[in-house]
Amino acid sequence: MKKIRGRLFLLIALAVISLIISLPSFPSLYQPLPDWMKQVLSDRGLALGLDLQGGVHLVLEVEEDRAVEIAVDRSRKALEDLKTDEGLPIEAVAREGTNSLLLTLADGDEAKTTVTQEMEDGFPGFELKESSGATVTYELVLEEEARIKDSAINQALETIRNRIDEFGVAEPLIQRLGRNQIAVQLPGVKDPERAKDLIKKTALLEFKLLDESKVALELPPQIEKGQEEQIRKEFEGRLPEGSEILFENVIAEDGVGSFSLPYLIKKDTALTGDVLQDARVTIGEFNEPIVALTFDSRGGQEFERLTSENVGKRMAVVLDGTVYSAPRINTKISGGRAIIEGTFTTSEANDLAVVLRAGALPAPMKTLQDLTVGPSLGKDSIEKGIRTLSIAGCLVLIFMIIYYRLSGVVANLALALNLIGLLGALSGLNATLTLPGIAGIILTIGMGVDSNILIFERIREELRLGRPVRLAVDGGYDKAFLTIVDSHVTTLITGLALFLFGTGPIKGFAVTLCLGIAINLFTALVGTKVVFDLFNRKKLQRLSI
Amino acid sequence: MLEIVGKTNIDFMGRRQIALGISGILGLLGLIAVIQIALGSANLGIDFAGGTAVQLKFDKALPIESARTVLTKHGLDEAELQEFPQDNKLLIRVKTETTIEEAISDKIIQVFRDEFKGHQFEIDSSTSIGPTIGQKLQTDALVAIVLSLIGIIVYIAARFEFRFGVAAAIATFHDVLAVLGIFYVLNIEITLLVVTALLTLAGYSLTDTVIVFDRIRENLRQRRRQAIETIINNGINQVLSRTLVTTLTVVLVLVPLTVFGGEVLHDFSLALLLGVLIGTYSSVFVASPLLLIWPGAEGKLLSRGK
Repeated sequence: MKKIRGRLFLLIALAVISLIISLPSFPSLYQPLPDWMKQVLSDRGLALGLDLQGGVHLVLEVEEDRAVEIAVDRSRKALEDLKTDEGLPIEAVAREGTNSLLLTLADGDEAKTTVTQEMEDGFPGFELKESSGATVTYELVLEEEARIKDSAINQALETIRNRIDEFGVAEPLIQRLGRNQIAVQLPGVKDPERAKDLIKKTALLEFKLLDESKVALELPPQIEKGQEEQIRKEFEGRLPEGSEILFENVIAEDGVGSFSLPYLIKKDTALTGDVLQDARVTIGEFNEPIVALTFDSRGGQEFERLTSENVGKRMAVVLDGTVYSAPRINTKISGGRAIIEGTFTTSEANDLAVVLRAGALPAPMKTLQDLTVGPSLGKDSIEKGIRTLSIAGCLVLIFMIIYYRLSGVVANLALALNLIGLLGALSGLNATLTLPGIAGIILTIGMGVDSNILIFERIREELRLGRPVRLAVDGGYDKAFLTIVDSHVTTLITGLALFLFGTGPIKGFAVTLCLGIAINLFTALVGTKVVFDLFNRKKLQRLSI
Repeated sequence: MLEIVGKTNIDFMGRRQIALGISGILGLLGLIAVIQIALGSANLGIDFAGGTAVQLKFDKALPIESARTVLTKHGLDEAELQEFPQDNKLLIRVKTETTIEEAISDKIIQVFRDEFKGHQFEIDSSTSIGPTIGQKLQTDALVAIVLSLIGIIVYIAARFEFRFGVAAAIATFHDVLAVLGIFYVLNIEITLLVVTALLTLAGYSLTDTVIVFDRIRENLRQRRRQAIETIINNGINQVLSRTLVTTLTVVLVLVPLTVFGGEVLHDFSLALLLGVLIGTYSSVFVASPLLLIWPGAEGKLLSRGK
């Protein structure tokens, strides 16, 4: 009853502050603001969820075992190089399982000591597991394996981040989930399929020499799409050791239909894409888009050595296991440049350049979850959401005025204050508004109305007992107070449980519900009371309720 | 003073046998639904079961039968189809236990591109969820439900008495079961959104129950001499107008949401709408009679009400 002015001031301040905080959520209102206000206010307001503006949500899992295999293979390759270059006394080295190397020692007493020494000095990540006769098994140390897995995930995160930066998406969200999962959220992407390809492409670029032995001549010049497996089966067992069949996709000359060109290619990778410095799209001599590569200094030297040693042979450019081109090396290529030709459109060439610049993923990724919402559905949902909100809101407002007259108007004012407060709170927290979030708002509207109904019904009871207006109002509020607190707290408990353990859409719902309930509690118990107290200063004989 | 119901004096407790029958049927349906979910044969959404859903928006109507024929032809005979004729939308769902690496969504889109050259379409949405994520969501939802139930019982037990907490929890559980049962009968898919709706209606039904209990407790403090049944009946009658008016306003909100909210919100709002109606019923006919049924309650029920 006392200090009406103080409470009134509090309410108005709440409304004004909420309105100001929510300004950044409306670009058309935010833009014309003077600069000093823009500096005070955050430039981010309420964000729209994927379901409202369209976009992509992916959960990817890094295939860690593949990352370990790749690392072990790298050591295997290094050991083979040591054998050819420095005469390390081994006959052969092979990867066994995911994380072990199987070494076959050369004859001679010294072999074992030399190899053991070399493994200890050069490959500290491995430990001796088993040794019987001429074969020795080395296994990755557990910590080393864990480190490889961990760095694979970090590298994947970094690579995806780079790719998305290059692709250009406003406010992407890329985060690690649990130990080996990565969540990627791209709100408002216009071409979701292209964005997904860009993220998921391993982009392992390899330069490999063609195997030009006799078998290669038996391969058919071109095959129908879909027959790749059949060809592989047909030649199984007849292929030279260390070679495999890979295919190039070619579009038929008439522009319709496509087919595959088989190549016999050496499995050993001569050079990989990690020595790239840059990749750009340029236009080739037939006006077709090509990707021009620039190697870093080490890559340039390697490429020069490789081409000078293999003049006259053919070298394939292989990306993720698909051949893009297989030109013949006419002369030594120095200067550290190469090109990738292929049958791609300009945007495909652009995407390829992006992924090559951003680097390859350390291991393939598995998709665990893929939610894609097209921009049109998002627009539909917003329109329907707003339309529904208006219809529902109007119905409730009209009902309250019909049923409770002037008091209904007061309740409606409280409802408006509720919505403004909620909007301010959501904007201030930079919360994301989703469709379930809108449903949460609608529900809090319902609860807000309920609080007022409870109070009004109590006041009516008091009035029926013949109490004067002022006492009836005070009594109504007093008696409804605990009921309102109890009912709000129980709903808040549900809301909090949903917030803590819910995921995605459930969380969005819980946020609006919890905030809405808290604001409700305030407006119901303080907000409307002030107005009634104001009425009572006039010493009313009758209350319009 | 406009009133829907004036001062009433209805003998709610006297009709508790009828209510018991209705609730029994509803609860039974719910239990069957729960068992079906546990057995994995219920209509679980792909967010829980794992799988792929693609929604396409065509420029002109596409007969659902020809879509089905074409999908079967391409080995997608497990696909479930649902159409939203007013917008020429078609929802194709494939539930799979395997990984989503096969890119079923791409396959479905390709099939429609190749087979219906005369129909242009936009991809409204595509969702693929691996079984591991589905499992995690199931566990998360279950944890959220159990925790909120425990939290609620503890709070009400602290504010009222233990038996009030239990009665409120049973009534709430009854409402969730009933809606689940009705959804099972109507063969509506249980998605993450529907579960959200179930939790919300649990909150709402609880609010309702708390308000009735609150009034019963208040009456107990004032009129200790009256028979328990009368006290409970009076309490319910006193808050009846509030109960009906509130339910009416919430229904006013939910009906437009169910009708115009679009396909995404339809099931969600329907669950809430059913829940609100059942929640109102249960606070009067389930929660309150439970206070009478409680063993040893006869005569001294609530006498400790602070």
